[in-house]
Amino acid sequence: MKLKLLLILSVLAFAVYANLPPGLTNKYFRFPRDLSLRMGLDLQGGVHLVYQADTSKLADADKASAVESTKANIERRINSLGVSEPLIQIAKSGTDSRIIVELAGISDINQAISLIGQTAQLEFRESKVATPSAQTDFKTTNLSGADLQRATVQFQNGKSSVGLQFSTDGAKKFAEITKRNVGRPLAIFLDDQMIMNPPLVSNAITDGQAVITGNFTVEEAKRLVINLNAGALPLPIKIIEQRNVGATLGAESIQKSLFAGAVGLVVVCLFMIANYGLKGVLADLALGLYVLITLTLVRLVPITLTLAGIAGVILSIGMAVDANILIFERIKEEIAWGRPKKAAVELGFHRAWNSIKDSNMSSLITAGILFWFGTGSVRGFALTLALGIAVSLFSAITVTKTLLDLFYNRSK
Amino acid sequence: MKLLKYKFIYFAISLIILIPGTISLVKNGLKLSIDFTGGTLLEITSAKIDKAELEKYATLVQKSSDNTYVLRTHEMDNSQKEKLLAELKSKYDDVVETRFETVGPVVGKELTQKAFMAMGVASLMIIAYIAWSFRHVPKPYSSWKFGVSAVVALLHDALVVVGIFSIFGAVWHVEIDSLFVTAVLTVIGFSVHDTIVVFDRVRENLPKMPKNTFEEVVDFSLSETLVRSLNTSLTAILTLVVLLLFGGESIRWFVAALLIGIVSGTYSSIFNAAPILSIWESRSLAR
Repeated sequence: MKLKLLLILSVLAFAVYANLPPGLTNKYFRFPRDLSLRMGLDLQGGVHLVYQADTSKLADADKASAVESTKANIERRINSLGVSEPLIQIAKSGTDSRIIVELAGISDINQAISLIGQTAQLEFRESKVATPSAQTDFKTTNLSGADLQRATVQFQNGKSSVGLQFSTDGAKKFAEITKRNVGRPLAIFLDDQMIMNPPLVSNAITDGQAVITGNFTVEEAKRLVINLNAGALPLPIKIIEQRNVGATLGAESIQKSLFAGAVGLVVVCLFMIANYGLKGVLADLALGLYVLITLTLVRLVPITLTLAGIAGVILSIGMAVDANILIFERIKEEIAWGRPKKAAVELGFHRAWNSIKDSNMSSLITAGILFWFGTGSVRGFALTLALGIAVSLFSAITVTKTLLDLFYNRSK
Repeated sequence: MKLLKYKFIYFAISLIILIPGTISLVKNGLKLSIDFTGGTLLEITSAKIDKAELEKYATLVQKSSDNTYVLRTHEMDNSQKEKLLAELKSKYDDVVETRFETVGPVVGKELTQKAFMAMGVASLMIIAYIAWSFRHVPKPYSSWKFGVSAVVALLHDALVVVGIFSIFGAVWHVEIDSLFVTAVLTVIGFSVHDTIVVFDRVRENLPKMPKNTFEEVVDFSLSETLVRSLNTSLTAILTLVVLLLFGGESIRWFVAALLIGIVSGTYSSIFNAAPILSIWESRSLAR
């Protein structure tokens, strides 16, 4: 009993700490991780993209690692955009491999899409004829973007250009190619497009350095450098789902949901007091703790909050007292059957447990299926549902029981 | 209380609710969103644009609020959308894109399959769980019948919600999306709550009342647990009503689906699941 009370008080203390504004609490103790609530796309605007990765040309054994490195590559490209907390995950659907990208609070969606989708396949091609006149006059060499060590933005004569530094291996290949092409043009292709007039090779270059002097603006040069450094995407990808969400609705929706949550909480509390009197007050205290713990867990896990998720949390306030109702009704019955009050309380908790356990199990089953069924916001909803069930068992049973015991022992 | 005396009236009430929805379902089907069908949804605002003009570009144009139009088209990718927007902007300079969603046909087909799978798997697992949890009901009663009766009631609730939303679709163009499926699955989970409270009491009373018929035991258990069944549902219903009133536009239909489902779930637990169990178990006893 003392132990339980101690447990409840420490949970309460932590929950209060986690939900206070960090500016207030950081002075005394800073939690090792950021505990601020994560807002989903529908609350802060942004874009949700699903890419299909084409693995049809790969052997089965290589598919997983190719998708994995495509994801890593997309991650690098997105990081260069400076989006905070992007969500990038791989989703399997049958034999298909998909990469889900969620960028919240992003301003230029088109730029992000073109940056992610660029294949950035850099190639050096040598001429098949002495004086090439078309792109088709060039043939591929063994030197490509994969041989790059680093690309940098450079400025020459007030123009931006891209400097290339090859790896040791690449430098050797580059030396060989330049040696056999002295006096002839060498073309640079990006994604099958020639990006500048092919310069003539004056002599063999052995230090592994080259400069691309296209007609770049500073912005273009920067983006090319980002792409070259990130490397080519190992797999071709295609958007199969895209959802742009405006941010305007978000702030308003949060306000409304918070208000609805507060009203809902008050209504449920009044309902419990009206029906169960003093026991209802104790259940309301437990419910208050329930809300605090749920919010804390949402911060800790962390669960990304969406509108549906918030609705789930509010609905769970109405569900969290279910166990209390079952127990209190049972206590009423036991008293009506002539048990002394103290024994009735014990029996009420004990005998209501069967139906509480079974009904919550059925909800956990559906929450599990929901988690499997959905992606993104549906998963968030399923998680809050499951969390709510677990926390409500603690608040409605352990907490209420301890409070009741405390109260009855006092009143004796 | 002799609640079960009127069991056929309860079934009749269920039918009265179910029949219009089912007719609408057969006649109109459901208004499926692009989540299921694949395709593109583009929402724009403009004070100057004319609806007839927009209809040239889209298969369906809806005016949602004052200057907001929702366009449904075949699947468009981002660059096609940008081209369309540029074209519109060249004619009407105040066009602003507010929402753009595009879903490939593969994704839509998968969602449909998954939704049915999820319903099926949830039903089977709940039957199995109840059958296992009630395995100690005294012979000759079968715990499987408890499980199946509970699931009949929850399928009733799912059908009520889907049927009513088919009517909503025909009248108000309400679309069925993946959130709707989420609502129906949630309803399924909580519909079983009340059913289990009643069944649990039947399980407890059976050994205590050996001289009574099964129907009498169910009747007695129902009247004992009626108040708590109603109270547990009421708290959920109260929060949902509050959400419906104050929660804002974007989740209104999601909340409505939950609310309809949970009201139906309360009714079906008391007035469908228990009577069905009673009829079924009594029949097999008589044989």
